[in-house]
Amino acid sequence: MKYLDEFRNPHAAKELLQSIKNEVRHHWQIMEICGGQTHAIMKYGIQDLLPKDIHLLHGPGCPVCVTPLSKIENALDLAARKNIIFCSFGDMLRVPGRDNDLLKVKAKGGDIRIVYSPMDALTIAKDNPENEVVFFAIGFETTAPATAMVAYQAKKENINNFSMLVSHVLVPPAIQAILSSPDCQIQGFLAPGHVCTVMGYQEYEPLAKEFKVPIVITGFEPVDLLQGLLTCITMMEEKDFSVNNQYGRSVQREGNVKAIELMQTVFKSSDREWRGIGSIPKSGFDLQDAYKKFDAELKFGLAQTKNREDSRCIAGEVLMGSRKPTDCTAFGNSCTPESPLGAPMVSAEGACSAYFRYRE
Amino acid sequence: MCLAIPGKIMEIQEGAPFDRKGKVSFGGTIREVHLGYVQDAKIGDYVNVHAGFAIAIINEKEAAATLALWNEAAEKEELRRKS
Repeated sequence: MKYLDEFRNPHAAKELLQSIKNEVRHHWQIMEICGGQTHAIMKYGIQDLLPKDIHLLHGPGCPVCVTPLSKIENALDLAARKNIIFCSFGDMLRVPGRDNDLLKVKAKGGDIRIVYSPMDALTIAKDNPENEVVFFAIGFETTAPATAMVAYQAKKENINNFSMLVSHVLVPPAIQAILSSPDCQIQGFLAPGHVCTVMGYQEYEPLAKEFKVPIVITGFEPVDLLQGLLTCITMMEEKDFSVNNQYGRSVQREGNVKAIELMQTVFKSSDREWRGIGSIPKSGFDLQDAYKKFDAELKFGLAQTKNREDSRCIAGEVLMGSRKPTDCTAFGNSCTPESPLGAPMVSAEGACSAYFRYRE
Repeated sequence: MCLAIPGKIMEIQEGAPFDRKGKVSFGGTIREVHLGYVQDAKIGDYVNVHAGFAIAIINEKEAAATLALWNEAAEKEELRRKS
């Protein structure tokens, strides 16, 4: 397929690995933020191909993993209600709440529909005027424009039986939180290519400068990842603390201006709880006042509950890169994709599911 | 979740800017895609698609430059292997 296959060229991959071996002169710790990149790294065995001096850490770029437990409980509450059609991305269906998940609610008769696009949820609302339709709006900045467009259309067309449970999260505040942590060992970052396709990379420049780390905008195909790693290693060796775009076919510095404008119209940034990690300031999106009628929490009077996680689950430490999934005592025995204790074992982008799938 | 897939625009249904939609081919599989965020996209362009929305037009020049770099790297590797 064009623009995919060429970026999987094994000869180019081998040459890039050789260049990496030639370039490395010190021990380095690099974090990739995006769960999609974590999975690609595991799938193509990239960590094992790299020189032993390069240590890859996996960041919290898995929106399914970081959706706060209280939002999951809200989702379970709404999905079980008789008159509600609850629409969600497929990933969320097996994320464990306190003692339940959406798939179990569906099995008990909840009308839960898997959608590929938020637009599908709006179509369902238009086709079912006698039901309330709620869309579970999770995702990073890559997905927020889709939610924003749906909110914009819903308002324009006055679709009153539609609302959203909003739980979008933002990458730069997470990088800031990770770098500000006193035991942060990370010396370079691979920034998520599709988040940056939408947002551009202006927000990353002050971070690179303040914390003295190179940040390399990287794609998702194996050759893209090796290119990103080679660039990051070269920059660390040369003490080049800036942002470098290695996904130029998709990313421009200013991002997608129309998408950014519409997101600013529909959303405002807010403090957000990240599951397993805690609250990160200004790291999420809430609906602006003009769009509040589409806020499912307001519409249905949902409470914010404080819940306890399973004590065996170390998801928070895995998400911040301070522990590996294999460090967890429950990994592979009491926690598996079939019976997960936490979200990173369920999500297609979670580090735990990547390790389970590609290492065992 | 944050994966976007490249596809080729085959058809465009014009409308108000934020109503723009089209048919995009992903290696032969055709899906309807929202084109409201790629106002300059034309038939034949490749776009990166996520959750039913095109989020960028793939920059052919940049892609070609990257591929040229890697093709050069691949040739170097093959020469080294054969020697």
